[in-house]
Amino acid sequence: MESHEYDVVIVGGGGAGLRAAIELGESFPKLRIAVVSKVYPMRSHTVAAEGGAAAVIKSNDSLENHCHDTVSGSDWLGDQDVIETFVKEAPDELIRMEHWGCPWSREPNGQVAVRPFGGMVIERTWFAADKTGFHMLHTLYQTALKFQSLKWYDEWFVTKLLVDNGRCQGVAAIELLTGQLHAILGKAVILCTGGAGRLFPFTTNGAIKTGDGMFLAYQAGVALKDMEFVQYHPTGLPGSGILITEAARGEGGILTNKDGYRYLQDYGLGPPEPFRKRAMELGPRDRLSQAFVQEEAKGRTISTPFGSAVYLDLRHLGEATINKKLPFVRELSKNYAGIDPVYKPIPVRPVIHYVMGGVDTDVEGATVVPGLYAAGECACISLNGANRLGSNSLTELLVFGRRAAHAAAQFAAENPALASEKLKAQASDEQERIASQFIRKQGGNERVATLRLELNRLMEAGAGIYRSGDGLQKACSGIAALKDRFRNVALDDRSLSYNTELISVLELEFLLDIGQSLLHSALCRTESRGSHQRTDHTARDDQKFLKHSMAYRTDAEPRIEYKDVVITRWPPKERVYGK
Amino acid sequence: MKPYIRPMPRDWWLQRLPYLSFMAREVSSIFVAAYVVVFMVMLSRISQGPEAYQAFLASLESSLAIFFHVVALAFALIHTLSWFSLTPKAMMLYIGENRVPSGLILGSHYVAWIAISAFVAWILLN
Amino acid sequence: MANNAPNGTIRLEIFRYSPDKGEEPKFQTYEVPFREEWVVLDAINYIKDELDGTLTYRWSCRMGVCGSCGMMINGIPKLSCAAFLREYYPKPIRVEPLANFPVTRDLVIQLDDFIGKLKSIQPWIVRKDGEKPVSEGVYLQSPAEHARFKDFSMCINCMLCYSACPVYGLEKEFLGPAAIALAQRYNMDSRDQGRSQRQEVVASHEGIWQCTFIGECSAVCPKHVDPAAAIQQAKLSSTIDWFQEVLWPWGGKK
Repeated sequence: MESHEYDVVIVGGGGAGLRAAIELGESFPKLRIAVVSKVYPMRSHTVAAEGGAAAVIKSNDSLENHCHDTVSGSDWLGDQDVIETFVKEAPDELIRMEHWGCPWSREPNGQVAVRPFGGMVIERTWFAADKTGFHMLHTLYQTALKFQSLKWYDEWFVTKLLVDNGRCQGVAAIELLTGQLHAILGKAVILCTGGAGRLFPFTTNGAIKTGDGMFLAYQAGVALKDMEFVQYHPTGLPGSGILITEAARGEGGILTNKDGYRYLQDYGLGPPEPFRKRAMELGPRDRLSQAFVQEEAKGRTISTPFGSAVYLDLRHLGEATINKKLPFVRELSKNYAGIDPVYKPIPVRPVIHYVMGGVDTDVEGATVVPGLYAAGECACISLNGANRLGSNSLTELLVFGRRAAHAAAQFAAENPALASEKLKAQASDEQERIASQFIRKQGGNERVATLRLELNRLMEAGAGIYRSGDGLQKACSGIAALKDRFRNVALDDRSLSYNTELISVLELEFLLDIGQSLLHSALCRTESRGSHQRTDHTARDDQKFLKHSMAYRTDAEPRIEYKDVVITRWPPKERVYGK
Repeated sequence: MKPYIRPMPRDWWLQRLPYLSFMAREVSSIFVAAYVVVFMVMLSRISQGPEAYQAFLASLESSLAIFFHVVALAFALIHTLSWFSLTPKAMMLYIGENRVPSGLILGSHYVAWIAISAFVAWILLN
Repeated sequence: MANNAPNGTIRLEIFRYSPDKGEEPKFQTYEVPFREEWVVLDAINYIKDELDGTLTYRWSCRMGVCGSCGMMINGIPKLSCAAFLREYYPKPIRVEPLANFPVTRDLVIQLDDFIGKLKSIQPWIVRKDGEKPVSEGVYLQSPAEHARFKDFSMCINCMLCYSACPVYGLEKEFLGPAAIALAQRYNMDSRDQGRSQRQEVVASHEGIWQCTFIGECSAVCPKHVDPAAAIQQAKLSSTIDWFQEVLWPWGGKK
């Protein structure tokens, strides 16, 4: 068993992982850092974020505003201490991105420009045209290349956390190139592996978003928090699920039904005129996606070969604005929908976009397992609660990537010992498990793709925009049956070098467990809040459910417990938009 | 875990039209150079007096010389056109936030070319 | 989710190489359903899921921005997520790994060489006096200054340009289109002061002067980065540098 020793091991090379890496390289240059990523860092899905990153920078805005927007956006399920920290640190983080070269779009006077975004009372979203995530990711990656203390493990897939004596001390990871499993030991480990949109069939998320870090922590005994809250982005291209950014609406795009009517006014988001923020098309994503389903039920959507849709109309913005502010929207619509938004409205429908839930952490990114930290979409630090506001997540990567790096560095300094031999033995066992369970396995007749597709269908049927107790119950039984069938899975590919089918089967194993935690959390939450809407429990129930769901892994079904939400300055109220 | 290295085939430049036209541009420079040599010879003959120049002119009337000039002209045109087509890439000009469109840069080159050629022709014909 | 009913099939001839077996590569043919809205990547995913789980390739975002899925499609480097089957149908499609790179397995190429080159051009903002404190806010940058490097900042590192560049095919030392474009991206950024330290690599023999201006890097670039322009621009400014040093040595280096 080959092994490598570091002070801090970062798993994931997206926005959060790279921000953590830069912080460690810059503030703790003596520490040896490993960045372990299953893809080359610039392939990470941060790359696909489009609209922007929120932070208070203009004099007409205030931290108070941003806090309140985020609290009410979260349907009061966000922890308010976390939200206050986030809002306070957000501007500095975006300024640092600017210093590192992020090509933020500018005003004529050279200051950064901001645009309106859904659920925000004022424009505060920094943007780089409509490729903000792409520019942030490449800026972070290229800046991180500067630090000699960072060792890059590109295309290494982490299969297990190495935990000894209750303390996380590294990871077991397969080098894709050779197929060999190594023990990468570290005094602290930060998980930054992103979300799990690939649980669902119709998602904006890339193929790599399989909830790896969520599973790793869940397996190590950390709760997955608030997993039932999954965001449908209201505007994805039918069929492919490719994202059409909320910035399209921030810049003035409107949503219309088959009659050209701005239907959002019928769902508590109007009236349509005059144009204002926190209303109509600039309402929060959960409300907009729910309005779509209602409109569909009334038969007022259009039909496409890929299901029903509504129109996102940008024509009135004109070609010059579209080219300047939304060039990627135009490119994507033309390429993948055959529609030029300058001349025609784009058909769109809600699409799985973001998992609010994730690895339970405190405001420093620390989990209950000493030495284990998490940041970014894989973590649930309780910034986003029951519904994330668009453009808060890119900033979240930075604020909490940095904080987790600090906490991890400090922990590593205080806990220098590594139980190397025991950890290596664990990694050997892990290698043997993978070899016997998949590579050398005899028999079995289930295909990876078949099981994955069935999981996807089951998740969509049970845990879509609207959920019911019956539907969730059925999905819970369905996923238990799928987990049984998973034991019978057999790979076509038994080779060592670059075995992508092996990676797929491990990802599927992760997804099955995460999906189960999601379904059980949803089943137990008998209320409607934010993105979790129950047809059999339609009201928010603060008495019983102003609480975080905590799903713990057991040998059978997950155990669901609850944890109080932190309320500081904004007691629960009704969520009001459109006024 | 040996990676597979694919050698560049010898005829790589025949496999795609853009590569072939690149090679044509490279080859065209030989003819342009050859023409320059002929041109230098002409200048030297002029300096040697009218008789030498007349003899030189007579030698140009051979079918071989005419053939060479036709071919050289063709390659000189290829050379010019292929380089002109690259000018918008080499010249990154901006007006405020907008890059000057490549058509404009290309067009200006052709206009300048025609104007200079016309000027030279005017001097020669007068 | 309803799908368009397949009308007929299309044949894909895919390059296969397995390092474990140590055999010469071969082409393997697959018949997949033809769907109007499918890209080559969809067809390859269909093969992986339904026909042959051993087929090996990279992909993720399927929207042309992560840069993973570059392949030679009928001999031309393309993102397979942006190449529609309908552009080739009913003729067969030949799919190979990106040219000019060592092949790890099937359609997966090795890009360590590029990562090293990327790092060598110092793709980060350099300030002579260090980064200014956050409390002083952002560096001002006008929209016109932003426009000078914007196109070069669009590179997704997909490697199509290296694959289209015969110079890189013949001379692996060549710094190559994307790395030079990214160097130019920082050189042209009004916030950066690192050009002179990048010049050592960029203006070396293995840098811009290897380029013979074939221009295919720009032709195949899916993001309109125009690396050929970046290289010519760098040649021009390096030439100006040289003249300044020779003719005006007391002028000092920029």
